[in-house]
Amino acid sequence: MSEISSPTSLWRDGRPVYDRGDTVCVIGAGASGLAAIKNLKEYGFGVDCYERETGVGGAWNWRHDRSPVYASAHLVSSKPLTQYPDFPMPDSWPDYPHHSQLLSYLERYADHFDLRSHIWFGTEVVRVEPAGADRWDVTTRGARGGAERVQRYAAVIIANGHNWSPKTPAYAGQDQFRGEVAHACAYSDPAQLRGRKVLVVGGGNTGCDLAVEAAQHAARCWHSTRRGYWYAPKYLLGRPTDQINDVTLALRLPLRLRQWLFHRVLRWAVGDLTRFGLPRPDHRVYETHPIVNSQLVYYLGHGRITPVPDVVRFTRTAVELSDGSSIEPDLVLFATGYLPQFEFIAPEILNVDPAGRPRLHLHAFARGYPTLAVAGLVQPDSGLFTLVHWQTVAMARWLRLRESDPQRAAAFWSGVTAAPDRRWTQAKVKDSTRHWFEVEHTAYLRALQKTLDDLARPRPASQRTPQPQEVAA
Amino acid sequence: MASRTRIMRPAEWAYPTRPVRREVLAAQPETDQGKPPVLFVPGFGHGAWVFAEFWLGHAAARGFPAYAVSLRGHGGSESAPRTTLRAYVHDVVQVAAGLPRQAVLVGHGAGALVVTRALARYPARAGVLVAPVLGGLGTVGAALWRNPLGTLPAIFGGPLRLSRRQLFSREVPAEVAREYAARLGPAAPLAQWQVLVHRDAEPPVGDPPVLVVGSPDDRVVSRSALQRAATRYGGAPLLFPGMGHDLMLDARRREPIDAILDWLDKALSSAERGPLIGYERLDDVLPPGPRTGSDAWVA
Repeated sequence: MSEISSPTSLWRDGRPVYDRGDTVCVIGAGASGLAAIKNLKEYGFGVDCYERETGVGGAWNWRHDRSPVYASAHLVSSKPLTQYPDFPMPDSWPDYPHHSQLLSYLERYADHFDLRSHIWFGTEVVRVEPAGADRWDVTTRGARGGAERVQRYAAVIIANGHNWSPKTPAYAGQDQFRGEVAHACAYSDPAQLRGRKVLVVGGGNTGCDLAVEAAQHAARCWHSTRRGYWYAPKYLLGRPTDQINDVTLALRLPLRLRQWLFHRVLRWAVGDLTRFGLPRPDHRVYETHPIVNSQLVYYLGHGRITPVPDVVRFTRTAVELSDGSSIEPDLVLFATGYLPQFEFIAPEILNVDPAGRPRLHLHAFARGYPTLAVAGLVQPDSGLFTLVHWQTVAMARWLRLRESDPQRAAAFWSGVTAAPDRRWTQAKVKDSTRHWFEVEHTAYLRALQKTLDDLARPRPASQRTPQPQEVAA
Repeated sequence: MASRTRIMRPAEWAYPTRPVRREVLAAQPETDQGKPPVLFVPGFGHGAWVFAEFWLGHAAARGFPAYAVSLRGHGGSESAPRTTLRAYVHDVVQVAAGLPRQAVLVGHGAGALVVTRALARYPARAGVLVAPVLGGLGTVGAALWRNPLGTLPAIFGGPLRLSRRQLFSREVPAEVAREYAARLGPAAPLAQWQVLVHRDAEPPVGDPPVLVVGSPDDRVVSRSALQRAATRYGGAPLLFPGMGHDLMLDARRREPIDAILDWLDKALSSAERGPLIGYERLDDVLPPGPRTGSDAWVA
């Protein structure tokens, strides 16, 4: 990385541009960025990665300001469905590891594959602009300010994550509400709940976790959800639920049958939730992002959580609900999710539609720009790491194929540009601002398998059969 | 070798391998020379001790952090019911991923079969297959021919008993050979069958250089089997005539390990200069010494 030794003769807007040759730029050193560095390295690429924080791990690093994790956060998918497929989590860890274990997993991954030497920590990407001939000018500066630098790369992989920019709803009267209102990203420790009357808004995995935390620590807990959900316990039939689910996938049972089976099993294991005052689910299993929480129902049954419907408006002291009732919490937590953000690149490059959604092939490849890809922009019904691993392998293979076999590369790319946008889910997913990148891990991996096969190096026509060498003593 | 990596692994997701307590023996170099750790995987019936006898210490003396794992049910590792090849692969990948740096995998005998499959699940720096038993029906034919009494029970789920004369050359004193042979144990019956009938290993991930090492006088793995194994990985086998199947316990056990470590030094230093397939340089890294191309060595 000695740019001093390669004096520049390129300029952009009156600034010098340092040419990094065939090196690939990776933005972000979280789970997706690390997988990108490792797999690009494995395919022989030089890699520069920029990370605005001072450590690896992205969202999973609780030391980072933008990290959404809270003290009690555990995985909701079990180990085999969470880990990188070529770097298993230790046998000694539990089925559902704690977030601090996940951070140490990512740190070990970075050390094991010697990735840190490729990462510029505390460095923020300000702009990514096309530089002609499918190359990219990447402008960076120190995360705490400092001079900007422009470097030219052969390709860019964006891995900046999608769980750091909170999506906060705005209700009428919210500004005159005298209690505290916060997004879940500001929640980290049960001490913030102790002795308070808490309203948790949002029925996702975070919302349910926070409701359980509030049930354990707060004086009172209301949990507001828009609709009824299927709450899968973490264990079913004595095994992690996602593993049981994958048995039905392994058997390739049709979606309807799987839905019927899952409804049956949940009816037996969890029971009828309308008894607790929850609305009946208005959709089938697999039509929303799976919610995995064993404790929510438990605390509903203990009266520690009061389910309430949608919030309508805030008054000075109370929150009015859609059933006409009103409650008086002194802390409102919005577990309403996060939105993807790509503030450093022009939206038209990522083909962003009016609703703000990038239209990418496989949620990964920018159709108009063969050397630009986004890693990890999927919301799977399993862990993300397996998917992002194969995504980045596909990206590395694609960049290699472009060099080694332009003819096959052109054929592959015309397939990419012609491929329509599609959803990688079997069930029709309920609408929300995140549903568009919801994927089913099996459907998505099948599509990735096809891509990987298309990109694979063809076997040499005649394999050498060298003669054995004997080493006589 | 299967032609592609299958990324849909529902069986591995839905039925993860049950963990067991594993025995890992290690020898560390005095100073860290930046060399990759080497993980030795013993063959069926053998425990990690077979490498601790000499190879571990020797590799460490040459600057490689050296480890050997006992597959479940072997040596000091806990056993588990219904052990399959996949469980053995799991054990190896678990240990490899737990090492501080990207490791080299060295498998001996049927342990080499385990390593070929572990290479498809873990991006090793390099792979070395020592006297590899890669299975298939040819293996059982040869074993029956050489040692009918020891092999026959294995076909019916009993233990496979290898004779001293299959494992060691005549240079090993009879009492030492007897003592070593007495320390061997049985492998899991299910895994033993899988040696004969199994789905081909997927290609190694990360395209590591792979070396095949063996002896033309090995009475378990024939010379043609060595040649086939090497061809599969695009190289030539490195042969040490006059040695038995257990190269790491035989009298001249130092020669193969020195050749392996020489090859590693060369293959990995050239890999650092840029991407290349290490085994294409195999011919450059053979240790000096007379080489013969004749079949006279074959027993």
